[in-house]
Amino acid sequence: MSNLILDAEALYTELRSGVRALWRPGMALMGIWSGGAWLAERLAADLPELGKPAVISSTLHRDDFSARGMAGGTDATKIPFAVDGAHILLLDDVLFTGRTIRAVLNELFDFGRPASVTLAVLVDRGGRELPIHAAFAAAKITLPASQKLALARTDDGRFTFSIEEQNV
Amino acid sequence: MLHKRNPQLNRHGELIHLLSIEGLPREVVVNILDTAGTFLSVNDREVKKVPLLRGKSVFNLFFENSTRTRTTFEIAAKRLSADVLNLDIAKSSAAKGESLLDTIANLSAMHADMFVVRHGESGAPYLIAQHCAPHVHVVNAGDGRHAHPTQGLLDMYTIRHFKQDFRQLSVAIVGDIVHSRVARSDIHALTTLGVPDIRAVGPKTLVPGDLQGMGVRVCHDMAEGIRGADVVIMLRLQSERMSGAMLPSAGEFFKHYGLTDEKLKLAKPDAIVMHPGPINRGVEIASAVADGTHSVILPQVTFGIAVRMAVMSIIAGNEA
Repeated sequence: MSNLILDAEALYTELRSGVRALWRPGMALMGIWSGGAWLAERLAADLPELGKPAVISSTLHRDDFSARGMAGGTDATKIPFAVDGAHILLLDDVLFTGRTIRAVLNELFDFGRPASVTLAVLVDRGGRELPIHAAFAAAKITLPASQKLALARTDDGRFTFSIEEQNV
Repeated sequence: MLHKRNPQLNRHGELIHLLSIEGLPREVVVNILDTAGTFLSVNDREVKKVPLLRGKSVFNLFFENSTRTRTTFEIAAKRLSADVLNLDIAKSSAAKGESLLDTIANLSAMHADMFVVRHGESGAPYLIAQHCAPHVHVVNAGDGRHAHPTQGLLDMYTIRHFKQDFRQLSVAIVGDIVHSRVARSDIHALTTLGVPDIRAVGPKTLVPGDLQGMGVRVCHDMAEGIRGADVVIMLRLQSERMSGAMLPSAGEFFKHYGLTDEKLKLAKPDAIVMHPGPINRGVEIASAVADGTHSVILPQVTFGIAVRMAVMSIIAGNEA
C-alpha cells in the first residue's frame, strides 16, 4: 500500500458537482464496467434528472486480449437508449493510459453513431498513452506505473480506493 | 515427476483446446457459460461483430459432413472477426490417401490458428491437438461416438437460461443414447454442474445398463423416464441404426419412445423440451411438441452461436 490517501467518498461529491455542471438536457449517462458503472448508478440515484444509466464494457475490444484473454471480466454492455445521435456522458473511476476508453469507444460505435461523447472521471492518474482527455476529473494525481489504483464498493454502497503494487 | 495433465488445459489450468467436457473443472464450464452470455447480446447490435479474433485464421475441418454444425462455427468465428476456411476434407486430401497428421501439418504450414474438427473416429481431435504447433487451438465439433462438447455446452446454457439452478433438476435424455456423442457430452456436463437426477431413457438396444457407471439412472420405460422431469432432451434417431437389428421400425419407436403431448404431461408442467437437431418429426418427436410451448429447440440454435463464440475466444486468449 502507498502512503497516498484518496478519500473516494469526498471525490465522489466533487464528481457529482462536476457532472451536474457538464450535464445538458437530452444527455445520456453511461458508466464503464465496473467502477464507472457503480459511479453512474449512484449518480443516477442522487440526481434523478440524469435518467437510467447505461453500462458499457471494454472486454470485447481490449488491445491486450492476446496477453490477457477473456480474463478481464464478462459483464455485458447494456444500453437502454438509442446510441444514434445521442450526447453521451461517459464515466469511469480511473483514467490512466486511455486504452480502456479507446476500447469502450469502439464498443459504443458498434451500437450506432453518437452525436458526442464527453468523459468524466473520479481520478486522472496521468500516464496517458493515447490522445484521450477527460472533461472533468475530481482529482489529478501521479502514480508510478507499477501501482494499480482500483475503486471498490462496500456492501452499504460506499466507495473506497486501494493502491496495490503490481508485478509488471 | 511426470503428471499426466488434461490435454485441454495449460499449466495454469486454463482452457487451450476444447476436446471433451469430461474432466473439465466446473469453473471452466461455468466460465464458458458466463462468457457466452456476453456474446449473446452481440447479435442485437447494429454491428454484429467483435474484433477478438481479428487476423486469426480458423479452419473448419469436417472429415464427416455436417452443414449445420459447420455453419454455426463459421458464423461464430466470423462474428469474432476471424478469417474462416471451410475444408471439405472428406472429398479432398483424405480421399487421395493423405494421413490425418500430414493434412494437419500442411494446414499448419498455411498459418492456421485454430482447427474446428469433426471426425468419424473417436479421439481424432486429441491426436490433432497433440501434434499441432503450440500456438494452434483445437475445437472438437464431434468425434465418432465420443464427444460433441459444444453441443453439450449449448445444452447447458439453454438449461441454465430457462431453469437457472442445476442443483434441483431432473433431466431425462431420451432415445439412441449408445450411439450419441451428444448424450455423452450432456451427461458429463450435467454431472459436472451438479444435476442430481439424470435419466437415460430408451430401449435396451440403445440404452445399455452399464450407463449407470456414468452416474445416470437407466429407464427402459418412457413414462417412468420422463415423469416429473424438468428438462427432456430428445435425441435424433439415426436412420442408419434402423437397418440393423437394433429397432423394429420408426413407427414402433415412436409408439414407445416418441415424445407426444400426452407423454409430455408426465413431466413437470413447466418442463422444457430440447433436441440437438435435425429433428425427425413423427419418429422421436411429434410435430405438436416440437412446435409447442415447451419446446426450446430454436433458442438452442441461437445460444449455440454464442457458446461457440465463447469457446473460441477463451481458448484463443490462452497460451499453451
